[in-house]
Amino acid sequence: MSVLTKTKLQEFISDLKFESTVELQKEAYAKLSGMEFPTTRDEYWKYTRLGKISNSKFDIEPTCNLSPKDIEPHLVSENFVVFENGNLRSDLSHFDLEAVNVITLPVSKVEADLKNITVNPSAGELIFDELNTAFVENVTVISIPKNTNWEQTVQVIYVQTGENKMSNTRLIIEAATSSSAHIVSSFVRINAINCFTNHISQINVADNANLTFDKIQLANGISINTEYVTQQNNSTFKINTITLNGELVRNNLNIEVEGQNCDTFLNGAVILKDKQVTDNHTFVNHVAPNCMSDEKYKYVLDDKSIGTFNGRVVVKQDSQKINAYQDNGNILLSDYAKINAKPELEIYADDVKCSHGSTTGQLDDDALFYLQARGISKEKSRHLLVQAFVSEVLSEIKDEKMNNIIYQTLNEQFDWDLR
Amino acid sequence: MSKTLLNVNNLHAQIEEDGKQILKGLNLEVKAGEIHAIMGPNGAGKSTLASVLSGKDGYEVTEGKVDFDGADLLDLDADERAKEGLFLAFQYPVEIPGVSNVNFLRTALNEIKAYRKEDPISAKDFMKMVREKSKIVELDAKLASRSVNEGFSGGEKKRNEIFQMAMLEPKLAILDETDSGLDIDALRIVAAGVNKLKNENNAVVLITHYQRLLDYIIPDFVHVLADGKIVKTGGKELALELEEKGYDWLTK
Repeated sequence: MSVLTKTKLQEFISDLKFESTVELQKEAYAKLSGMEFPTTRDEYWKYTRLGKISNSKFDIEPTCNLSPKDIEPHLVSENFVVFENGNLRSDLSHFDLEAVNVITLPVSKVEADLKNITVNPSAGELIFDELNTAFVENVTVISIPKNTNWEQTVQVIYVQTGENKMSNTRLIIEAATSSSAHIVSSFVRINAINCFTNHISQINVADNANLTFDKIQLANGISINTEYVTQQNNSTFKINTITLNGELVRNNLNIEVEGQNCDTFLNGAVILKDKQVTDNHTFVNHVAPNCMSDEKYKYVLDDKSIGTFNGRVVVKQDSQKINAYQDNGNILLSDYAKINAKPELEIYADDVKCSHGSTTGQLDDDALFYLQARGISKEKSRHLLVQAFVSEVLSEIKDEKMNNIIYQTLNEQFDWDLR
Repeated sequence: MSKTLLNVNNLHAQIEEDGKQILKGLNLEVKAGEIHAIMGPNGAGKSTLASVLSGKDGYEVTEGKVDFDGADLLDLDADERAKEGLFLAFQYPVEIPGVSNVNFLRTALNEIKAYRKEDPISAKDFMKMVREKSKIVELDAKLASRSVNEGFSGGEKKRNEIFQMAMLEPKLAILDETDSGLDIDALRIVAAGVNKLKNENNAVVLITHYQRLLDYIIPDFVHVLADGKIVKTGGKELALELEEKGYDWLTK
């Protein structure tokens, strides 16, 4: 007699209604049945326990809880697309097609694009990729045409609402030759309990294009968030990832620098409290010579929160004249907070300049006393020093409205008056 | 008769970590309008006195009392002492990257004003005040907008301390070896700044190794601190005597 036990992943998907007739989605769904969630024995998931996902039962039924006034406080642009629990809310979205080229399509129309991921994800990431592909419904495609400079920011807002909801969302950004734009993706939760977002962004920055991408995670839900970015000759790509309040957030940022003379900037700020967990895994793959990448991640951790920074940079053998910098700084505000910092440099070329540094400490007691000795309360002195520490990254957010939202969130969530 | 601002009575203090006794029954009375100089050999407890009075962590007061213009000073947190009007010019001003000098000072000034139930200062009035007060110590107004002490020269740091003193207008200023690391020109500027800020309602305590500073800021009293106690008090001529004879004759 043989006993068939289901894997956790099989159990996880067994209650989810799967009805797609799209070939790619059927394939992805079939693949899932042979896979299993990564565990902490998997090197790249060593510090992130996924029990909150694998032991939960989520549903994917559409909801319609949001009204325009829920969205308004999160807006930084007049061109925005709103998703509620993974479903497009076109009634809440607004964009001027004359100014920006934004379209949301059913999966059947973008099948080929979804497959177009050149990076080979690790086994753990692959599960969430297949899950996303199997269950994503509508894909937002932002195409910046050749030789155009979008003056207006485009924002995509992903909102979690309700209870035990899973969203699988996908964003495709194509910055054509010599274009330039600023795109913001916002992840928020509004009256949501135990909701899970599994998001993928696929981004291509063509020759001479310049793209700035802000990823603002203000949700304290559960989130797996993956980017696949490719860069062509002479392009510039900058991503600012701000994570405040991550109950369980895992960011997989994969950048394949395929072209020469590219500049790549990766900035991250993570501010956590309680038992929140945020894990940033970044991977810059320099497969072409004459490029520069500059990475800067800062963590401020209070209470029993846990942060992980795993920054991997690979310089391939023929990728000469690469300048790759990585800087990770962490401040632990409590005796119980924890940071796992892991820079990984793999350099196979011999004519490169690469550096990495990681520091972890507490707020400087001498600086605290200096501020206090001038009449500033201990609490406010701590705020000033925290702000000084993260401002190096937060100042990369050039949008004044977004800055206000970030500082307001810090004020509401942490009681930090950093301005 | 002018009122007593600071009254230190039989102060005993030790280092928290190892229990080493540093102050062993120190007495000091400072009245409004006075300038006091505290001199003494290395390790006598001069900087410890400044730290204990300003409320720095790491010291434990085991005996004694400090009255500051009617308030029990030792009962207050460091920031409350500043709000009551105590100012410490640091021997080693701390560099704080990312916190701008003006932002920091405005925060401090407004917290002090709130404590005294006064209205906060407007941005315009504040900047006007910054321009006026930075002139007192010939501090380049550009430095005011930079990060606190970051990349300042030794002299600029000390001038910045006096600039902050000018901005906060304390009742009592303790200058902890403000003369150390200063060349003659900077020393003259700093001293002139202190003299300009001094009036009949406030007081200054100078902690110094050398008589040099006292050529520029003339003290009313000179105290010799040795082995945790004031062992001798005199007028300004005592400083000259110390310069000539050293401290040995007093400590043996």
